[in-house]
Amino acid sequence: MTPFVRLLVYLVAAPLLGGLLAGLDRKISGRMQARMGPPLWQPFYDVWKLWRKENIVVRRSQNYYVFFFLLFVIFTGALFFAGFDLLLMVFALTLAGIFFVLAAYKASSPYSFIGAERELIQMMAYEPMVLLTAVGMYMAGGSFYVHDLASRSSSLIWPLPGVFLGFLFVLVIKFRKSPFDLSCSHHAHQELVRGITTEFSGSALAMIEVAHWYENVLLLGWVYLFFSAWPVLGVAAALAVFLLMILVDNTCARLKWQTTLKSAWIVTLVLGFGNLLVLSFL
Amino acid sequence: MAAAVKLSPNELTTFPFSAHAITVTMEWLEVAMGLFVVYVGIRHRRPLIALLMVAQMALMLWFAFRHGAALHTEHNLFADKFSVIMALIIGITGGLICLYALGYMREFHVDHHPEFKDRRPLFFALLFIFLGAMFGVVFSNNLLWLYFFWEVTTLCSFLLIGYKQNTESTQNALRALTYNLIGGLAFAVGIVWFFLRGGSIELSVLIKSAPAVALVPAALLAFAGLTKSAQFPFTGWLLGAMVAPTPVSALLHSATMVKAGVYLIVRLAPVLQGSFVGIVIALIGAVTFMIGSFAAIGTSDAKKVLAYSTVANLGLIVICGGIGTYEAVWAGVLLIVFHAVAKCLLFLCVGAIEHKLHSRDIEKMAGLVLTMPRMSVMLQIGIAGMFLAPFGMLISKWAVLKAVVDAYPLITLFLVFGSAPTLFFWVKWLGKLLQITGPLKNVEAGIGRGEWFALSVLSALTILTCIFFPLISKYLVEPYVTEIYGQSGHLAYGNFLIMSLMLVMVSLFPLSFFNYGWRGKVMDSYLGGANAGGSTKYHGAAGAVREVQMSNYYFGDILNEAKVFRAGVVIGLMLSLVLAGSLFSL
Repeated sequence: MTPFVRLLVYLVAAPLLGGLLAGLDRKISGRMQARMGPPLWQPFYDVWKLWRKENIVVRRSQNYYVFFFLLFVIFTGALFFAGFDLLLMVFALTLAGIFFVLAAYKASSPYSFIGAERELIQMMAYEPMVLLTAVGMYMAGGSFYVHDLASRSSSLIWPLPGVFLGFLFVLVIKFRKSPFDLSCSHHAHQELVRGITTEFSGSALAMIEVAHWYENVLLLGWVYLFFSAWPVLGVAAALAVFLLMILVDNTCARLKWQTTLKSAWIVTLVLGFGNLLVLSFL
Repeated sequence: MAAAVKLSPNELTTFPFSAHAITVTMEWLEVAMGLFVVYVGIRHRRPLIALLMVAQMALMLWFAFRHGAALHTEHNLFADKFSVIMALIIGITGGLICLYALGYMREFHVDHHPEFKDRRPLFFALLFIFLGAMFGVVFSNNLLWLYFFWEVTTLCSFLLIGYKQNTESTQNALRALTYNLIGGLAFAVGIVWFFLRGGSIELSVLIKSAPAVALVPAALLAFAGLTKSAQFPFTGWLLGAMVAPTPVSALLHSATMVKAGVYLIVRLAPVLQGSFVGIVIALIGAVTFMIGSFAAIGTSDAKKVLAYSTVANLGLIVICGGIGTYEAVWAGVLLIVFHAVAKCLLFLCVGAIEHKLHSRDIEKMAGLVLTMPRMSVMLQIGIAGMFLAPFGMLISKWAVLKAVVDAYPLITLFLVFGSAPTLFFWVKWLGKLLQITGPLKNVEAGIGRGEWFALSVLSALTILTCIFFPLISKYLVEPYVTEIYGQSGHLAYGNFLIMSLMLVMVSLFPLSFFNYGWRGKVMDSYLGGANAGGSTKYHGAAGAVREVQMSNYYFGDILNEAKVFRAGVVIGLMLSLVLAGSLFSL
């Protein structure tokens, strides 16, 4: 596939795949909690319903920020699947996240405000490891370009086992899963109202949901990049990681933000930086 | 003399005129300044200041009398693309600051601080001397001239920081003087050392000399640069400098003073490249970047946040100088450009806001979009310019990261842990501006035309430098780097495309506000179902109506600002000792 074709496939297929994964997540979570769980297509029904609801806001401009959040998440994924620079991609993803946080600030409600503040803490927690992952891939793979990294003949997992584990750790935060789902959770029992999304409804909430689908596909694509020499194994690994996230989500309760920040940074330092240390001396 | 100024693309253009008389005049002026500083030291009972100054004076006088006859330099001045970039920064941002200061200082004395003696003529005289000295610093090739201008900036900053003449300003001014004199002494020793070993006092010769001759003087000059650009352990003076009126802070942080320090370090990069001294200097920069960023989380004082961010960004530039590869130097020069513009804008905004809101507390800036709409837009541009993709600072930071990974990959640790808090403290400030907690009155009236002009131009420049980034890089930065290294860092075409695309997308964002009057339904925010009419009041315990209050996190319990700062000083001190130790082993 040429980068351009990959890009087109991503733009069309990512929300579909992301939505299906979300449906799978809910189904499996349901089974883990001894429930039937909703149908596989439920996320699509939800988004469709949200989209047709009345537009209600607290501040007139709050939804503009949400729209740009979605726009930049899609753009970030496009950068990744078109094979561009990993570091640039990380920065674009950060920009997207900042639009989301600003939307919640703009809403000026105490609950969305706490959510925004916690979202920022989460970003601060995962940012070092995400950057180190890009740096590690550059050190081991010789390029920041996803295209070059994906076409290598040996997989990046071999020189970067520590980085991979560290990346998995912060993926829990990025996927918004317990125990690190500080800013907005899928589990009602541990949430402060509805966290960062408290003041968003209707189409804005639908956009947030779709943005998460795009983002999840992008992150799983990054997991695949660790195994790119064996495509089948790569896809299997990405799926396995996704299932692992569901398992972790359902077996852990939310931790305090201090614990999230400290543990993520310790993991970054030990596994991520430790791996780079070994790599630079080899 | 003017006829000799011609920029050729490949050569360092120098000025072939002998000016012994000028050198001698400078020496006598230096003696006069030195005597003044000694007087200051004695008057304020700071023996260290007097001692440092006497040591410098004695060394330079001995040098002048002993070797004065042999000190004929071929080129006293030079001009290359780097000097031109610096001159543009100093001229444009410095000029705008002076313009802004006219209105600001009037308001400062008349409306806000009648308790301070109105010494505006002296204030503006000092500003102009300061800017003049900066031009001297960036165009001097004769190290004695450079040293003279260097000392003038030290003295000017001392007088400007102490402008208010109260106890706090005097204390902080003296601290700034002490730290910069330490650097000045290192500078003087560096010059003498280079002359005794290398037989020259020309900067262009120093840069091209073999490490055996050049490394020790380069390290000493770079050390002077570290003090001037407020790296740990010398950071204290820049934070203390905030007591001065805002235009002074803006000047110190963007156009002058700290930029002189990093200018010298980046100039010396070719000598430092690959040496142990270079690694230590890069480490000092890295530690400063990380700790400066952490310290900025813990304070809600807007000027202090800006100061910490300056310190952190200077740390990044110092890393570039210490690494000294062509990629790093390219990134470092870009950082100098982008940082100057955005930081100048931010300081001037905060100054104007402080006069209107009577506070520079970030928490008090909630709802600035209503109280000072135009100012808030400019402040948002400035903040975005400091850390967001695709603005210049982020492109440069990205370039630094690449340069660091290529040279010393382990230093990336400081970069990745330093950029996380950067994100946090900028976004929480940005969010605060947007937040609305009740109907607020517009208080923007009364800001002078000169101030608006300076702010508007700087806002436009923040965006324009980003749009014209490829041109700035291609016609100013890359030629300079290529001249020295034979090759240069540059933005790959694909990445340039992405950056442009992002810029277009981000600039679409303000357009969405044209849609402001759309037919959505506006409702109150959720306050646990206890709203007391509107989104800003609620029914609390016993039916009392209370105001909603939201305050950002400052991590006072786990990230105490003072403790973090102290840690920085200790680590910086240790690294400085390592630097000193490595000189003896050379």
